[in-house]
Amino acid sequence: MGKQGGRGWTLGLAGLLSPVTIWLGLFFLVPLLLILAYSFGKSGIYGGITLGFFPGNYLKVFDPLYLEIILRTLVIAVLNTLLCLLIGYPLAYFITFKGGRHKHTLILLVMIPFWTSLLLRAYAWVVILGGDNGIANRILQFLHLTDHPLTLIFTPQAVIMGMVYSYLPFMILPLYAALEKFDWRLKEAAQDLGASRWHTFWRVTFPLSLPGVIAGSILVFIPSAGEFVIPNLLGGARTVMVGNLIQQQFLQARDWAFGSALAVMLAVLLVGAIMFYVRKVGADKLEEV
Amino acid sequence: MVFRRRISRDDFLRTMGAGVVAGSTLSVLACQPNTSAQSSGGGGGSGPEEKELNFYNWSDYVAKSTIPNFQKQTGIEVTQDFFSSNEELLAKLQAGGTGYDVIVPSDYMVSIMIKSDILETLDMSKIPNFKNVGKNFKGLGYDPNNEYSVPYQWGTTGILYNKKALGKLDASWDPMWDPSNKGKIGMLNDERETPGAALYKLGYSVNSKDKEQLDEAEAELKKQKPLLRGYFDSTQNRPSVINGDLLLGHVFSGDAFLALSQDEDLDYIIPEPAATRWTDNMAIPKGAEHPDNAHKFINYILGAKTGAALSNYTYYNTPNEAALPMIDGALKNLPGYELDSSVFDRLQIIEDVGAATREYSTLFTSVKSS
Repeated sequence: MGKQGGRGWTLGLAGLLSPVTIWLGLFFLVPLLLILAYSFGKSGIYGGITLGFFPGNYLKVFDPLYLEIILRTLVIAVLNTLLCLLIGYPLAYFITFKGGRHKHTLILLVMIPFWTSLLLRAYAWVVILGGDNGIANRILQFLHLTDHPLTLIFTPQAVIMGMVYSYLPFMILPLYAALEKFDWRLKEAAQDLGASRWHTFWRVTFPLSLPGVIAGSILVFIPSAGEFVIPNLLGGARTVMVGNLIQQQFLQARDWAFGSALAVMLAVLLVGAIMFYVRKVGADKLEEV
Repeated sequence: MVFRRRISRDDFLRTMGAGVVAGSTLSVLACQPNTSAQSSGGGGGSGPEEKELNFYNWSDYVAKSTIPNFQKQTGIEVTQDFFSSNEELLAKLQAGGTGYDVIVPSDYMVSIMIKSDILETLDMSKIPNFKNVGKNFKGLGYDPNNEYSVPYQWGTTGILYNKKALGKLDASWDPMWDPSNKGKIGMLNDERETPGAALYKLGYSVNSKDKEQLDEAEAELKKQKPLLRGYFDSTQNRPSVINGDLLLGHVFSGDAFLALSQDEDLDYIIPEPAATRWTDNMAIPKGAEHPDNAHKFINYILGAKTGAALSNYTYYNTPNEAALPMIDGALKNLPGYELDSSVFDRLQIIEDVGAATREYSTLFTSVKSS
């Protein structure tokens, strides 16, 4: 291709990319910079903010009260990711290898919950789990699994259950995409060479599905670290996560600067956690995603 | 203070479902109230106003007949939008250019709005019905001369409980701390009301800024937390007490009266030594495009008949003395609706505590996270 053609190609590319650049610039980069600027500002008593350099907002994050909330959030997010992986992997495996002609129907079923708002689904869980005479308690008692009503809702366990329920599809879909590409002949070859089924899975299938594991884990981990709806609805506001804290700073305490500092800290922590994770599991795997 | 969601007549799930749908639709509408109509009009100035009014209110907080009757009487077309917390209302107004003519902030929010200089002064000569307002609701601390606001509705915050299961309770906060009610108590998810309950219990002011008193209140709430089912909105505590998931719920009086009118086994107490009384108010934000209509509307709401219809619908109390004789007998007879002066006088009003707002916020976070 000649010089002129090259320039045309570049211009064409710039033209194609400009909508996404403008979009991301206006609606992602600018708000992000705004939060960064706010995080160093000083909040007015009645909301609003004076820009400047007040690192005090960040020092406040290190108050044991807030550190504990951040730590709890990370533990819940990691737990949620692990549970999603533990439940999602066998399901994705089953759909890919045993789903046969129903494969696409099964994947569609995984996606169906997305057709309804998360809020409505969370309220549905309140109805199912809630109350001594709630649906779940009645079923448990009918099956004689318990003789008295259990407290199933407004506990940290209910929060984690709700989060696993909400984020499971984000784990299953990338796993399915990764397993789908799997070359059957490798499995046959391993077994021909005398590997047991477990050995085949652990040494051949699983490593090859790692890109899906990484993508799924990141897709689940990031939003679950910022979750604030589920802890309120299914946790009875008794389990505070960073998301709740940030929301509270903006809407109730009217401390936008501290809220922004918390948001920046959360973002930094998440980026750090993901870089650590990717380095551990291998960056080359991520490129295959 | 937080989400003082108003009562609604549907069952819990339907309310919530509809709320989600309505909320999302309305928040879109709220961004552009009636823009087409505004642009078609005379464009403000000194000329006569176009026949329009934008009313920004809590949801389900006006009788079904109120707005149609006003439209019939005056020919002014009313557009109503809804907010769900005082903070949301404040944030909207601070962002500017909302186009609202009449808003309904609670007491402490009126004082914040006055300090933030976002309210228009009222022209009392255009609100002759202000004479109907009872003396207990005129010149309250947040707006001592009613320069900016007039009362809309008022109520208390107390305890709705199951009388059949617990027997008749004394007017006290103690049952909310009683280990024998473990797992059956719901407090409000509210940074002022719930720390306020602990302050009341300890005999302190709900507006305390004293570090030691706040620390004591925090310890009291941390002691209470293991006994709680959770922290909820008043509209969530109401159905939970009705269906038995809760024995005791921290609620706003309108929710209590609605529950009481449906279920005879329930009762409502306004605890000693103190509890909250709050007042919601009508005010005109700076830059309102239809201030004349707004005054007409405010005057209309303060009319005796309108005031009675309003309270008969919302189950909250009216500050309108002329309306009192027309309040439903059944409503009046509910416990805690008509208050003796001995009860009324021990009620406290939540005030804006300025910078200490954040102390309350931290306190409540610390409790919820414990």
